Amino acid sequence: MAFDFGVIFDSLPFLAEGLALSFLLTLLAAAGGIVLAVILALMRLSGYTALALISAAYVNFFRSMPLILVIFWFFFLVPLLIGRPVGGFYSALIAFTLFEAAYYSEIIRAGIQSVSRGQVAAGYATGLTYGQTMRFIVLPQAFRNMTPVLLTQGIVLFQDTSLVFVVALRDFMTATTIVARNEGRLIEMYLFAAAVYFVICFSGSLYVRRLQGKFAR
Amino acid sequence: MIEIRDIDKWYGTTQVLRACSTSVAKGEVVVVCGPSGSGKSTLIKCVNGLEPFQNGEITVDGVPVGDRGTNLSKLRARIGMVFQNFELYPHMTVTANICLAQEKVLGRSKAEAEAKAAGLLSRVGLSEHARKHPGQLSGGQQQRVAIARALAMDPIAMLFDEPTSALDPEMINEVLEVMVELAQEGMTMMVVTHEMGFARKVADRVVFMDKGEIVEDAEKDAFFGTPRSDRAQQFLSKILHHI
Amino acid sequence: MQYNWNWGVLLQEPYLGWLISGVGWTIAVASAAWVIAFTLGSVVGVARTLPNRWARGVATAYVELLRNVPLLVQLFIWYFVVPELLPDDWGRWVKRDLPLPEYTTAVIGLGFYTASRVAEQVRSGIESISRGQSMAGYASGLTTLQLYRYVLLPVAFRVIVPPLTSEFLTIFKNSSLALTIGVLELTAQSRQITEYTFQGFEAFTAATVMYVVITLTVTAGMSLVERRARIPGFIAKGG
Repeated sequence: MAFDFGVIFDSLPFLAEGLALSFLLTLLAAAGGIVLAVILALMRLSGYTALALISAAYVNFFRSMPLILVIFWFFFLVPLLIGRPVGGFYSALIAFTLFEAAYYSEIIRAGIQSVSRGQVAAGYATGLTYGQTMRFIVLPQAFRNMTPVLLTQGIVLFQDTSLVFVVALRDFMTATTIVARNEGRLIEMYLFAAAVYFVICFSGSLYVRRLQGKFAR
Repeated sequence: MIEIRDIDKWYGTTQVLRACSTSVAKGEVVVVCGPSGSGKSTLIKCVNGLEPFQNGEITVDGVPVGDRGTNLSKLRARIGMVFQNFELYPHMTVTANICLAQEKVLGRSKAEAEAKAAGLLSRVGLSEHARKHPGQLSGGQQQRVAIARALAMDPIAMLFDEPTSALDPEMINEVLEVMVELAQEGMTMMVVTHEMGFARKVADRVVFMDKGEIVEDAEKDAFFGTPRSDRAQQFLSKILHHI
Repeated sequence: MQYNWNWGVLLQEPYLGWLISGVGWTIAVASAAWVIAFTLGSVVGVARTLPNRWARGVATAYVELLRNVPLLVQLFIWYFVVPELLPDDWGRWVKRDLPLPEYTTAVIGLGFYTASRVAEQVRSGIESISRGQSMAGYASGLTTLQLYRYVLLPVAFRVIVPPLTSEFLTIFKNSSLALTIGVLELTAQSRQITEYTFQGFEAFTAATVMYVVITLTVTAGMSLVERRARIPGFIAKGG
């Protein structure tokens, strides 16, 4: 069998556009997801039963759903709610943000709980309010503790963005498939896609590991 | 019985044992003491090959421990060992803990192993706990089970690695009593411990280690009467006269 | 928002049948893949803790490779690429005679991928056991094989029941990726119903409820396992 990896070079600009969309989706969904996740985590730990229950229900609900189903849901739902068709990107962004928030909030909750209760007591003892104690004492320490895990979840999210393939949004995976089918070069293109994802995700995880080493000290 | 000759050991570039030599004759009780980090626990783990060493030779009953050709499993099965943190298997009952190696290493039948276990448990005063799991016992009880587990293999010698250091003070004696009894029955024992009362009572010799070296290796009375080295004197005065 | 509700569509044929068969395929993919994932993952996870450098190296490479490539890409490679790279006879057999090719490929792809995640749990379970336990085992004359069989693994597998539960749930969710190579599992069926009837709310709700039911069932079952496996008086460190 003759391999032709030249096809990759010819389609580089097209593939790069796809990769850019994968990154953009990852960054926006991570940012939105983390903001929502902090709110969910604080609700869960607020001590108000109603808030805690809502947060727990949200998290457990999304964690029992396959991401693909969530993507389908929002592709169907968002245009219906807005009343007109919108680009697939926004539907995907909303789906990923809401979905990832459930996972991020568990990480953040664990991070907040990893800060000792003595720290909270010390904050109150110096006259800080609940909000101030969270803002200046607990959350900074919590974020420091959980940065590696949040980044790892970011790598998972980046891999997950490949699933927008199911609604033909043109991320790196979809772009790869388009080239693969048009050129009849499935083997080369999928091996190439695997290599690209591997290099990005593996370097990412090496970086996280280095960070962990630094934080452990 | 145990011959240790010129042992050197490094962890990476740090040398943790320097030219250590000593021996334990059949029926002899040797206590190894010294400040923490002196290498005493490492040395005793070299005796049954749990820690590898780079230079020197250790033989147990004539079998060279460091040799590639030595069947370590077979040798270890003949040397009992008791650890600082007991190291009972948490998922097994007390009886199963005592039976495991009897069955799997010595090939004894289940009935035989259980009979042996029952005998040893009554000897260490724990018969009523035979069906419990280690997590349900106190530290002192766990350590007595660990001693029974080691004895079940009918060892030719026993190694004790700080057997009472992890115990609450009120439990130390119940373990030491079992060990004293063993010593008086003529068991060959090498004991790493800070319990100088135990050493005074049953040790034949005391080995004092510091910074990876054997500084002193003397008859018990000579060691406690007139330790020759400053380091041993300092150590003894600290350990015997703390407030 | 304009929408014509019609929950009755879910009880009509052929749609009800589609949903039921979708659940069937989801369970079939997930459980068969779990057998591979659990078996292979245990072997790889154990290998990562062995004294032998080669075993550790191979196992580490496996885990890093499969964890850093998206599952979707892996499925496509199993489906489109591997049959072409096999020796001719095998490739021909895979393409012509492999029974249920989509299903089989999905099971293999999902199984091998999840194995890398299970392996990490098994490894961390073994590493959570103190070194003293290995020393005690060796000191009583156990071989490495016996040490793992009787001392390390029984404790490690008990410690990792909760994370394994979560992996087991993940495999059900990830089985939805099988639709990309043509397995008509639950998610695929709900979308198909949407396409035929335009009743997306009803179809996706049905699928969602099914996944929630699967999650609740598995969680309940595993907490039973956890209670059964609990060691009296034993508190796991870390985890």
